[in-house]
Amino acid sequence: MSEIEFLNWVRGPGFQIAIIIFVAGVIIRFAEILLLGRKPNLAEAKGSEMRGGLCTIVSRSFPDKNTFQRSAFTEVSGWIFHGGLFITIFLFAPHILMFKDIIGFGWPALPTPVIDAMTVVTIIALLAILVHRINNRALRFISTKEDYFVWLITILPLITGYLAFHRIGMTAPTLLAIHILSVELLMVIFPFTKLMHAFTITLSRWYNGAISGYRGVES
Amino acid sequence: MSSSTVVQFNIQIGDELTFNVKPLLNEVKHALDKLIETGQSTVIDLRSIPLAPGEEEKILNVLGLGEVQARLDALGLSEVIETRYAGVWIVTHYNDDDHIISRFIEVTSMPEILCSQTEDIMAAYSRLGLTLNDEQKNNVEDS
Amino acid sequence: MINDSNRDKTLGETLREQGISRRSFLKFCATTASMMALSPAMIPKIAHALENARRPSVIWLSFQECTGCTESLTRAHTTTIESLIFDFISLDYHHTLQAASGHAAEQARETAMEENYGKYLLIVDGSIPMDNPGYSTIAGISNYDMLMDTAKGAAAIVAVGTCAAYGGIPHAKPNPTGAVSVGDLIKDKPIINVPGCPPIPVVITGTLMQFLTFGSLPELDHIGRPKAFYGKSIHDRCYRRPFYDKGLFAETFDDEGAKKGWCLYKLGCKGPTTYNACATTKWNDGTSFPIEAGHPCLGCSEPDFWDGGSFYKALSMPTENITRTVIYTAAGAAAAGVALGAMNRHKKNQAVATHNRTSIDDLKK
Repeated sequence: MSEIEFLNWVRGPGFQIAIIIFVAGVIIRFAEILLLGRKPNLAEAKGSEMRGGLCTIVSRSFPDKNTFQRSAFTEVSGWIFHGGLFITIFLFAPHILMFKDIIGFGWPALPTPVIDAMTVVTIIALLAILVHRINNRALRFISTKEDYFVWLITILPLITGYLAFHRIGMTAPTLLAIHILSVELLMVIFPFTKLMHAFTITLSRWYNGAISGYRGVES
Repeated sequence: MSSSTVVQFNIQIGDELTFNVKPLLNEVKHALDKLIETGQSTVIDLRSIPLAPGEEEKILNVLGLGEVQARLDALGLSEVIETRYAGVWIVTHYNDDDHIISRFIEVTSMPEILCSQTEDIMAAYSRLGLTLNDEQKNNVEDS
Repeated sequence: MINDSNRDKTLGETLREQGISRRSFLKFCATTASMMALSPAMIPKIAHALENARRPSVIWLSFQECTGCTESLTRAHTTTIESLIFDFISLDYHHTLQAASGHAAEQARETAMEENYGKYLLIVDGSIPMDNPGYSTIAGISNYDMLMDTAKGAAAIVAVGTCAAYGGIPHAKPNPTGAVSVGDLIKDKPIINVPGCPPIPVVITGTLMQFLTFGSLPELDHIGRPKAFYGKSIHDRCYRRPFYDKGLFAETFDDEGAKKGWCLYKLGCKGPTTYNACATTKWNDGTSFPIEAGHPCLGCSEPDFWDGGSFYKALSMPTENITRTVIYTAAGAAAAGVALGAMNRHKKNQAVATHNRTSIDDLKK
């Protein structure tokens, strides 16, 4: 297979396969969670479920003072790499073109040098997080093989994207193809690993907040 | 087609589109320095550098026109000019249709192609000899 | 062309006999160096090599092609220099350019092969049909047979154009003729690929000159192309590159960005993945090249450039219609999800129903 054939494959059939697994996986998992339902709460409502749920979705993103002091590193690095991922994935002009091709509309991009810098920052944050995970005894103890695998699959598109943009090490078509392939890998494992939290986070936070809201307590 | 229907690309000579104009001129300066220090000459192929429309003209404009302008008639026209900076020459080769086929900046005291070539001098010597022989023969026959 | 008696003479001798001055020869060498994308420091070496080079026999075979490559070569803009190159080689067979036809033409090829066995240069343009040999024949000989027969005695093969180098347009899906490249069939001879649709004229002549001047293969990249011309991508040498780096793109062919000469990435430019010399060598007497004319690069010097989806889809876009895939998948997955959900619910209810409660009395037993 020539490198252009490889590139044509990841842009064509490879992307099809990845998007089918991604979309089907996410929808089926959501359907399973939602359709399982919850036991009706027979107690009298002391507050609003909706209000509590929505508040918690937002408020859980910002740690209270004690939590922050206890795990400042996790909070800061977490914010950096999640923000970095958002910016590099959704605000880079070529990526927006890809979204526009699928969903029919686009949005303004950030200047390329900003994306470039954010990529480096995000990669560094992810590396720091791995070191922290390994060095911290408690974290190391609760880490599974899946955690390391997911970490790898998350950082790969960043590294391959950086190499493809700067055209380092290999020929340009191969670099681009590897970058797209790494993203397809991410899409394929996404619904079946902890990566799914990107979607389910709103759901679980809403449940938590709604339960407290119903009881009329702060979540 | 009238000229108004042609899309005009708004690229001015003044716009610096690639980063190659300044480095190239700096390279010429370094080459001059080398010529002064070591007597070594340098040739730069203008066709090996990616230049935006108008950038070659920009480089030529900066270098300007100096004291020497020579025309060669060798397999089509060639033009050898010394720029306003002594020691910096522009050598342009044209084909029979007056299209530029190659262009070089030469930093040297005298571009090689202007010098009479040893092989040509030798050929000239024997040719001149033959001509003189012929003349002598003709004179003998005439008398 | 020079007559056959000159074949044993060196180029230097031939030129001097023709009254071409050393100065003209120097000009020729300087232009050749520029053409071969070599450093001007190489000019004296080229002069020396050419002085002592001998005139080789060249056989040119055309298979499934459009003659665009020959058109490109014969319109190479260095007419004077070009005629010298043609003087320098003995083009013994080229069925588009030669005067002879029919048996005489084939005779010329066979004679050239016999007389120069093991020494002649074989140039091929066009791909070879492997499905039905009847798709393309010359004098009743299938392309495959002619190629294999002629390649046997060749010193080296130059595959000119993307068709000969990688299959090109005949090879594009669904490849009705079963077209393959020269390199797919011949493994035991040095092959130089000079792809492009068509290749840039001076890249063709530059590659030939490099082989003829130094008698050796130029340095090739991983898919057989001379590095001197195909070493850098269009993107890396594009004068519009600074706009790409800044993120300034033309969105359509006639917007402000297009008029200001911004990057054509969003209009489907394949410059970032295409290796060729267009951006520096340019076309039509060095006038311009596609991107300079405001059109994105099609990637014609790369294998399978015809199968990369629309020419106007950006490199970061998927080539297929993903919107449709997403809608169908979502519909199917929603149905499957509901079914699975119902099953899970049933399981849950059953578990509740069959659950045995343990009472204090049970424990007392």
